[in-house]
This record gives sequence, C-alpha cells and structure tokens, in this order.
Amino acid sequence: MARKIDVVFSELEPGLALRKALGMGQDEIIKIVTDSNLRGRGGAGFPTGLKWKFARANMLARPGNDACFICNADEGEPGTFKDKKILEQRTAKVVEGMVIGARAVGATRGFLYLRGEYDYMRPLITQKIEELRNLGLLGDNICDSKGFCFDFELRLGSGAYVCGEETALMESLEGRRGEPRNKPPFPVEHGFLGMPTVVNNVETLAFIPHIILNGSDWFRQIGTAVSTGSKLFSVSGDCAKPGIYEFEYGVTIRQLLREVEADGDTKAVQIGGASGFCASADDFDKHLAFEGIPTGGSIIILNKSRSMFKMLKNFVMFFQEESCGQCTPCRAGCSRMPEGILKFEAGNGNSRTITDLLELADTMSLASKCGFGQSVPNSFRTIVSKFRDEILSA
Amino acid sequence: MLRESLLMKIEELERKHGDGREALLPVLQGLQREYGFIGEEVVNEVARKFSLSQTEVFSVASFYHFLNLQKRGRFVIRICRTISCDLKDKDKVQRALEAELGIKLGETTSDGRYSLDYANCMGMCDQGPSMMVNEDLYAGLTPSKAVDIVRGYR
Repeated sequence: MARKIDVVFSELEPGLALRKALGMGQDEIIKIVTDSNLRGRGGAGFPTGLKWKFARANMLARPGNDACFICNADEGEPGTFKDKKILEQRTAKVVEGMVIGARAVGATRGFLYLRGEYDYMRPLITQKIEELRNLGLLGDNICDSKGFCFDFELRLGSGAYVCGEETALMESLEGRRGEPRNKPPFPVEHGFLGMPTVVNNVETLAFIPHIILNGSDWFRQIGTAVSTGSKLFSVSGDCAKPGIYEFEYGVTIRQLLREVEADGDTKAVQIGGASGFCASADDFDKHLAFEGIPTGGSIIILNKSRSMFKMLKNFVMFFQEESCGQCTPCRAGCSRMPEGILKFEAGNGNSRTITDLLELADTMSLASKCGFGQSVPNSFRTIVSKFRDEILSA
Repeated sequence: MLRESLLMKIEELERKHGDGREALLPVLQGLQREYGFIGEEVVNEVARKFSLSQTEVFSVASFYHFLNLQKRGRFVIRICRTISCDLKDKDKVQRALEAELGIKLGETTSDGRYSLDYANCMGMCDQGPSMMVNEDLYAGLTPSKAVDIVRGYR
C-alpha cells in the first residue's frame, strides 16, 4: 500500500538547500534532479531535469546567455487548490526551488504567475518574498555568492483558465491575449520574449529543495519505479474530510476514498478536474500514477445521489467559456459539445447524438492546437462510456 | 474622469511595472482597480502611452474575464459555479442573492452598488460554496451567510 507522507508541507530551514546547491556545479544540480526522475506536478508530467538541461543548453548557445525562470501558479483546474496552500504555507520552499532552478539553467529574470482569483494572497506572498530578499536568498549576489543574481516579479492573471497552459501564460506575461503558441519551438528554446524559459508548477518546485538536500536516491525510494516521489491531491465533493492529502505515487482510488472518509456510497470520482477522467466503481483499484491514471491532483467525489449529466453539462459549459477561440477544432468543438449535451435535457438527444459527439471528440483531441482542446474530450468520453444510461435518460 | 489624473495614474503604474509591452496587463489591472472598469478613454490613453493601436489594447482587455469593459457595480460579486461548489448547493446561495438584490446573474443593481456574476473555480473546493466580492474571498457559505456578507459592503 502506498504511504501517506509529508514532504511538501514539512518544515525546512530557508536557504539550507540553496546554499548546498550553490556549492555544486550547474550540471551537478541538473543531474540530481534528472536522477530523481521528478516529473512536472501540474499535469503534463514532463521530466523536470530534462527541461532544465534543455534550457541550459539553449541558454549557452544564445548570444547574451540569458534565460527566464517562471513558476506557474495559475492553478485553475476545477477542484484543485493545493498550490494555493503551498504558497500560503511554504512560500520559501517554492521560491528556493525557483532560485535553485534559475542557478541551474542560468536564468537571471523570472516570474511567479498567480491566478487572478488568488489576488487576496498578494500581500502575504509579497511580504514573504521580501523577507527572503532580506535574508539574501533572492536578488543580487545570492547567499553572498560573487555574481549569482536572480530575481522575479509577482504577476497576476485576470481570470483566464487557458493561461495555465505554459505558452499562453507567456503570451499573457508579454502583454498579449492568452492564446497558446505553436510547439515547437518549446519554451526551453524560445519562451518569454524569445529567451530560453523554464516553466515549472508550484508543487514541482516545492520538491526541489528536498531533492537537493536528501539526494535523488531518497526521492526514488518514494512512489513507484516510473512515478517517483509523492503527489498532492486536492479532494472535494462527497466525503467527510475534504482537503489536501499527500501520498506516494501509486496510491489507489480506493485507498484515497478510505482516507477522506467517503461514505461508502461513492458512485464516481472525477480525477484531474474538468479536463481529466471519470472513474466508476470498477476503476477504484487503479493506481494514481503516470503509468496508471495520471493527474494534476484534482479529486472530486460524487455519491449515488448525484447526476452525472449535471457534472458533464457543467464541464462542457466551462470549456465553452474558457476556450481561447484561436483554433477551429477547439473553438467550434467547445460550442458544439454543449449544444449536443443540452439536447438530452430538452428530450431530443439519442444514441446518435452520442456517436456524433464522440466523433467530434476525436477531432478535437487530434486537431486542437494546445493541451486545452486536446483534453476537453477526456471527461466527456469517460462519463459517456461509464454512465451512458444516465446521459440517455437525462 | 479627468484626462490629467488618468495620465498620472498610468505613469505611476509604468514606474512600477515598466513601460514595455510586457507591462500592459499589470497596467490595465491597476487602472481597473482605480476606476472599476476599462472604458474607452482608458483604452485610448493606454494605447497612446504604449504606442499600440486602440484595437490592440481592446483585444487584450477583452480577453480576460476579470477586466471589465463596461461600468459594473462598485461591488462585483462572483459566485463560484465549478462542480465542487455546485455539489455543495451554490444554486441556493445564488437564488438568495438574486432575491436579496433584486437582480439576476449578470446584472447590476439600479443604484450601481452591486453586480452579480459567476466565476470558475476559486480554489475553495473543499470549503464550498464560495464567492468573491471584488478581491475578497469567502467560503463555507449558506444563503443567509452570503446575504449578510454582501450587506456588509456599503
């Protein structure tokens, strides 16, 4: 059974990991992170060490040798609230993760992009960042080093879900509409204002100081062979103890449900929010891991009294509003999807409607420009395949 | 608003955030905080200061849900409509607020004090239902709590 553990919210003396990292070479830092097999906690799961390695190589190849380091705190996936709590309680760890990352890739400039809904946290985070600056952990000649300088700006989003997509986030930082860019080139090559840029999620960065201090072997002993380390889960919905839980990768849905005291009456678990997957009772022994069900950590529990149709409708209307409208498969698909779904409520949806929408879903996953449009169909497909009766009789 | 004071405000924001294109969003956010919305006058002056076309500034401002292009109430109430808050009876909170203020979602009271709207996930999923009043966040709402909170904004 996977262990419940406490890494992210544990106490850690600010600066300890950073000072150790400053005694290491850049390649050595990247090697430890690569060997730990840490993968992005935001949902996409890209290996962090590799991302840093690419960014560093591109930085060295570029005239002027500059790079940018961004912390993605645009936590917008429905049902996710872990990054908010990390930033509230462990700001220093995240900042330290950024500074270590900046050191590794050679970045001197950066951003923390906080979603607009978390504007109320701005005074607190600003104050904590200032404290770290005063401790010499941020700014010029960090930790009394000669010449290592890195600082970042706190930026707020303005209520656009798609800005969590890393290239849309950079467009937003550049003062543009948050419309995702084509990839390639990837941000590690051509990111903020053309600089090689690393974009890491808040949770990913919070693990960095621990990996530097305890080593990659320590991290690899947690979790599974493929999915090393632990993961935060944001649990909401029908259970006695909603909140944030940290488990080793490989935890089963059933174990998580027991932990949060779901009442034994669970019908479905929506994993990964609106763009994630719907699990029914048959799936409860599956593992939450990159090799199982991968997730950014949103866990929404629905008991037997809940309408799956209502959840599906909620999701498709959310996507219709949040699509940036740039590419046709996503723009048109996100409008056609609710049109089709609402037919069931009006009494004129049938199995043909589902077949048509599944075809549309395939087009959207295949042809959409970014991860947004590509993942819109996930919840639709899984809800319709597991709860077809409920949709047909809505 | 006076053009003079608008220009001074833009310059103040530029000193804080820079005057390059990448400062556009924080400048617009700051102007909204000051004036409540990004009106035509604001768009025009920002465009001039940033050497951009008015259409360009408008296209950016119109992209972001939290930037208002129209005058809204002094207090913008946003109810979270995401599924976790929905499961915790956000509909009841919405109905109570609509009845209390005498407006529907998307409308503004005739005295210009309150606008009622919705927002997507505010990250209070474990304590829903939740809402924001301007930049203040409230969770664990019941219909009566929500009404009392809103009445506290005068």
